Amino acid sequence: MIYGLSHPPGPGATPKPGGWFLKVKPFLAPMLITIILLVGDLQYRILQSYWYTALAIGTSVALEIVLSYIAVGRFPHLASAYITGISVGILVQTPDWFPFVLCSMLSISSKYALRVKGRHLWNPSNLGVSVLLFLVPSAFAPLSDQWGNHPAPTIIILGLGSVILFTLGRLHISLVFAATFIALAPLRGASTYPQWMGELALLTSPSYELFMIFMVTDPKTTTLTWRRQCAVAVLVGVVDTLLRLNRETHAPYYALFIVAPVTNLIEIWWLSRQNARAPLASADTTSQSTRGEAAGVVN
Amino acid sequence: MNTKLKQPFFLLVFGCILGTVFIWRGYLHTSAETLDREGALKRYGFFMEEVAKKSGIDFVHEAPRQLDNRLEHIMPIITSMGAAVSIADFDRDGWADIYVVNSGEGSKNRLYRNKHDGTFEEVAEKLGVADLNQPGDGCSMGAVWGDYDNDGYEDLFVYRWGKPELFHNDKGKGFTRVTDTAKLPAWINAGTAIWLDFDGDGLLDLFIAGYWGEGIDLWNLKTTKIMPDSFHYAKNGGRKYLLRNRGFDKRGAWLGLEDVTEKMGITTRGWTLAAAATDLRGTGKPDLVLAVDYGVAEFYANQDGKGFVEMGQANGIGEKSKSGMNVSFGDVYNDGRLAIYISNITEPGQLQQRNNLWIPERKRDNSRPLRYQNLADSLGVAKGGWSWGAQFGDLNNDGRLDLFLTNGYISADKNRDYWFDYSYIAGASGTIISDANNWRAMKGSSLSGFQQHCLWLNRGGKFDDVAQAVGVTDTFDGRAVCLVDLWNRGVLDIVQASQKGPLLVYKNTVVPENAWVQFELEGTKSNRSAIGAQIKLYWNDQVQVQEIAGGNGFSSQNHRRIHFGLGKNPRVDRAEIRWPSGQTQVIPSPQVGVLHQVKEAK
Repeated sequence: MIYGLSHPPGPGATPKPGGWFLKVKPFLAPMLITIILLVGDLQYRILQSYWYTALAIGTSVALEIVLSYIAVGRFPHLASAYITGISVGILVQTPDWFPFVLCSMLSISSKYALRVKGRHLWNPSNLGVSVLLFLVPSAFAPLSDQWGNHPAPTIIILGLGSVILFTLGRLHISLVFAATFIALAPLRGASTYPQWMGELALLTSPSYELFMIFMVTDPKTTTLTWRRQCAVAVLVGVVDTLLRLNRETHAPYYALFIVAPVTNLIEIWWLSRQNARAPLASADTTSQSTRGEAAGVVN
Repeated sequence: MNTKLKQPFFLLVFGCILGTVFIWRGYLHTSAETLDREGALKRYGFFMEEVAKKSGIDFVHEAPRQLDNRLEHIMPIITSMGAAVSIADFDRDGWADIYVVNSGEGSKNRLYRNKHDGTFEEVAEKLGVADLNQPGDGCSMGAVWGDYDNDGYEDLFVYRWGKPELFHNDKGKGFTRVTDTAKLPAWINAGTAIWLDFDGDGLLDLFIAGYWGEGIDLWNLKTTKIMPDSFHYAKNGGRKYLLRNRGFDKRGAWLGLEDVTEKMGITTRGWTLAAAATDLRGTGKPDLVLAVDYGVAEFYANQDGKGFVEMGQANGIGEKSKSGMNVSFGDVYNDGRLAIYISNITEPGQLQQRNNLWIPERKRDNSRPLRYQNLADSLGVAKGGWSWGAQFGDLNNDGRLDLFLTNGYISADKNRDYWFDYSYIAGASGTIISDANNWRAMKGSSLSGFQQHCLWLNRGGKFDDVAQAVGVTDTFDGRAVCLVDLWNRGVLDIVQASQKGPLLVYKNTVVPENAWVQFELEGTKSNRSAIGAQIKLYWNDQVQVQEIAGGNGFSSQNHRRIHFGLGKNPRVDRAEIRWPSGQTQVIPSPQVGVLHQVKEAK
């Protein structure tokens, strides 16, 4: 089973002046995902087909352009739509073309439709995949290819992913989520003793690693401060465990689907209350700068 | 656009897309049609009635119960196969008989002799081919019939997770164990076996493929690290055995079989569950196709009997790793090309491997390998649940080959699903999944159980599943399937072996206006079973090719008799037989509604 991929950090963010790194920063995650996709497919044939992946990317990009024009009247930064498309291309496994189009459209349109105070609440591809899994499970499955059950993909994903997340300042989210998953293993494993190793086996799965690296860390749909992000990661881990105790195979998708909008809404409410109390006072600088990255315009 | 209208507009767009999902959901949830006998005959031209008990067949498959304790927590997975069936007219009375294997320790295999009156009698015990599941010897996994000594009687090879056994057919009156003379390997955890004459010398050779590694004794494990080392590219399965028939010495004594596997270029160690051989490249020699669990399908191109070259990657069938469980061949377009059907797994929301129907390219370019294209989805034969055995045959005699597929993995507690547990182990690294200790306990869970089987009616360019409508309604965990005219009526009946379930016999009734013709071949220069002989029947400006197989599908073997449905008022031009010896024989305007017994010209 694979879990998700998500959006690049801050394609819609206001670039800070100076340095080539800041210019390429928004493209790091798209590049990494593209590399992983190509290597994974060449080595382990993880994709349903290149055509379908191209279809998912094309649909995402096209809809993003149209909706962005309607929303803000300008051409959007396409990295986000590209990531959504490529995520759908990897995650959706079916020989039918229709789910690729539908999932991409659901994902992109959700960014524009399901917004509160300028922020969208769900990770787009997480929403697309979760909705389809829930409503039409017979039509497709999430990525089931296991990349040969070989350690090499794990090393590449964890290695490269950690470096990039570190440079983007989001590695802590993945680490906290992993720590939560490990900490709750005894609870989950109580019913499966003595086959407890299986509880941690998922951490060696490229699919689960992709979820930890890319989907949980999505800057657009996580909360704004370091501490809150850690809290959200813990919550996703807890809900994931609760769903697993209820024997839900797609627990991580649904966990993020449930936790992300709830925590975002709480934060939005909290910030608006703060702003209402002191509209001109500057909130803590971390919040401000991160919010700029996360909210931005529709991207 | 007015700013105030933007958000409602975007919500409307999202709502429309979500609405499309709901409409699609409704479309996907159409329930299967059910009809009574008359309705099915009128609409589809045939109807199936399950008659095993009425026919005197009361066989229920047993799985092994006493494997090594360390496998106890996943016993249903470990012992999920073994229900196998094969058809032969072992006593040459002109009526098809049924051999069905059992797998529980101490359980008996059965040979059901056809009594010509619609019933069968059990004769395995009397004839010496029943007691084949004794502790220490292993458990039966399947059997295939082939006349290895060309004496006119089909001999019986029984493969096991354990010691393989070969029995000589003593003119239909009994069987003599000739395993030692045959020089068979001491222990193979065999997943499949077929007879074939790969070198065209007129003697049947034997191909056996291991599933578990041959060093593993499931009753006494040395280690629990016996499971596949990958769910997609496992390389720790059993080895293959290509055993060449050495023929006879000057005194007429059989010299047995010799292992030429490596010499012939077959070296893979995939977890093979099915093998089938036929001439797919027009060379006159049988190619070998393997369905491999936890891996990619393999296509061994026969190099004029001097070796095999694996070209699954090159021709397309080995491009993507799946869970291959069946190989069968069928000319689905009536154009003389054999398609390859390989069954896999489809489980809503969990796994969408889907079954493959590999169609060869129409125009052959000899400068490169023959290419295949998977058209299972566009033809409608892709989604078959946890699929096992499948066979092509014209079930309503309309002139097109239909496809019967059985399925269902483990039917136990309906309220507890092992897919959740499976998801943990399936994604883990190879070192974790290869150890049975790390597999979560099944605790009575089902895993893709209680599935409805598929009977896909060939409509010419599209297949429709009519199983429920025509009376195939059981939900046992099907494994092996045979198509056979059990009562010499000119129709194909279905025999299905079910894992830990009954042997089912679906008796077919077909509307009389649809014509048929059958052929039974006997080789002289070729092997006497005529395994590998191809018949092309030309009628109504079309041609259909079929081949006699020494085992096909999953753990099964159809009757050697070849059956063609012809539709209404057929104009049959000719039947062309190409024998394994290379000789061809033409039967001009063969009479319809008749079984033609053809002996190869000397």
